Amino acid sequence: MSSTEFLIQGIIKAFELIINLNPYIFSITGVSIKVSGTATILATLTAIPLAFALAFLDFRGKQALITLVNTGMGLPPVFVGLFIFVMLVPAGPFGLLNMIFTPEAMIIAQYILVTPIITGISLAAIKAVPKPIIETVYTLGGSTKDAVIATLMEARFGIITAILAGLGRALAEVGAILIVGGNIAYTGSVGGIGEGASYTRTLTTAITSETSKGDISTSIALGIILISLNLSVNLLATFFQGRD
Amino acid sequence: MQELFRIENLCMAFGEKEVLRNINLTIRRGEIFALIGPSGAGKTTLLRILNLFEKPTRGNLKFNGLANEGEINNIRRRMSLLFQTPAIFKASVFDNVAYGLRVRGIDKMTIENKVKSALNIVGLEGKEAQKARTLSAGEAQRMAFARAIVYDPELLLLDEPTANLDPANVAKIEEVIKRIRSERGTTIVIATHNIPQVRRIADRVGILLNGELIEVNTKEGIFMAPEDARSEAFLKGEMIY
Ligand SMILES: Nc1ncnc2c1ncn2[C@@H]1O[C@H](COP(=O)(O)OP(=O)(O)OP(=O)(O)O)[C@@H](O)[C@H]1O
Ligand SMILES: [Mg+2]
Repeated sequence: MSSTEFLIQGIIKAFELIINLNPYIFSITGVSIKVSGTATILATLTAIPLAFALAFLDFRGKQALITLVNTGMGLPPVFVGLFIFVMLVPAGPFGLLNMIFTPEAMIIAQYILVTPIITGISLAAIKAVPKPIIETVYTLGGSTKDAVIATLMEARFGIITAILAGLGRALAEVGAILIVGGNIAYTGSVGGIGEGASYTRTLTTAITSETSKGDISTSIALGIILISLNLSVNLLATFFQGRD
Repeated sequence: MQELFRIENLCMAFGEKEVLRNINLTIRRGEIFALIGPSGAGKTTLLRILNLFEKPTRGNLKFNGLANEGEINNIRRRMSLLFQTPAIFKASVFDNVAYGLRVRGIDKMTIENKVKSALNIVGLEGKEAQKARTLSAGEAQRMAFARAIVYDPELLLLDEPTANLDPANVAKIEEVIKRIRSERGTTIVIATHNIPQVRRIADRVGILLNGELIEVNTKEGIFMAPEDARSEAFLKGEMIY
């Protein structure tokens, strides 16, 4: 078999797997969406108030926090994975929680990765709201709370973009969740390929293991789904940027 | 006439730079007071201090006899400052104009009526649903004007409200200024470079030069018999600055 044929066969089989709603592949996709989606929601709940606090309040340690956020935006995922791993292994400080190699551990890792990204991009969007807008709120009789709401309205598309950037990053991430999640699927095959349904196996971690096992068509199928998800997130982000 | 706002020994500096020097001025209830002076004289700074945006370096402010300590927002809610370059919310014309009413917790029906009448006054009826940022410059200025008067402020501070407008829009705004003073008794302080405008609408005039209020006089007084030689030079356009 030539290498082109090999590739074409791989792609054809990949589409078959997707069209037939292969249970193994769909359980993996489900775990990806659940882990990255939950991490992004939790990160958003932290990041937006944090960004507003950094923009509106003066407090001790604010500069240090901004530095932390900026550093966090470029944090290497494997480092975060290693850190959470050390915390959660049975001998570690939080070993009693029994959380290593669970979806929850993966959510924590991605939460740590994504929170600074959403905070940083939101803060930039908030700071881009012209000062006269805020002053107009005050001169028309508004309170600081009204100023925060008005800023949220002005920066809304930028903030949505920040959240989508965080989600995109989480979906594409592999280093951290591989270490703390362990890429686990249940034993027993579902749908004729691979192992059983996914427990902590995501699109990205499955691609690494399927590829090293030599199951190229499964990898390609997973890759197509991953790219489609990321593309949708990016298209959505572009749409909201266009609204500005 | 009754006094509305008293300014005593007011000084303002930004760092080393002294922008206002020892200003004493009483704004009377129901008057149209024109604050004139060359660019950089400190007109905007003074208006911002009156709106309690900027805390003066020194001096006393008394609005209705009240010192402003501790209740900035309550006092500010009784006035309105129209910026030299109005900022427009990313929202409809209606939502922009309704803003001051909403933050005061006014009910929906009243808001509808007040917004409608404010838009009517500035000649923007029927534009409620338009995105405010798509208005022309003259329309945007008039919308900002409607937004500033919609909640019936006792004191309206106008910072060069007609600086970038064509004659038709200028006439419209001047007519509105006179109308809300006569219909609602609103006190108005207007900063302007435009001397003919002062002749058309002002009751009294203050001339600000390099941060000093060199003369406060009635309109008649300042044009017919100015007390300060520099006033005369400025009003005749002979002053080089
Ligand atoms: N926040 C600030 N920091 C430093 N200097 C300032 C600040 N605000 C105003 N100034 C200075 O104060 C002086 C007076 O400015 P102001 O805006 O009050 O003048 P103006 O009379 O309104 O002028 P114009 O007619 O051009 O609007 C100017 O020299 C300006 O550079
Ligand atoms: Mg000015």
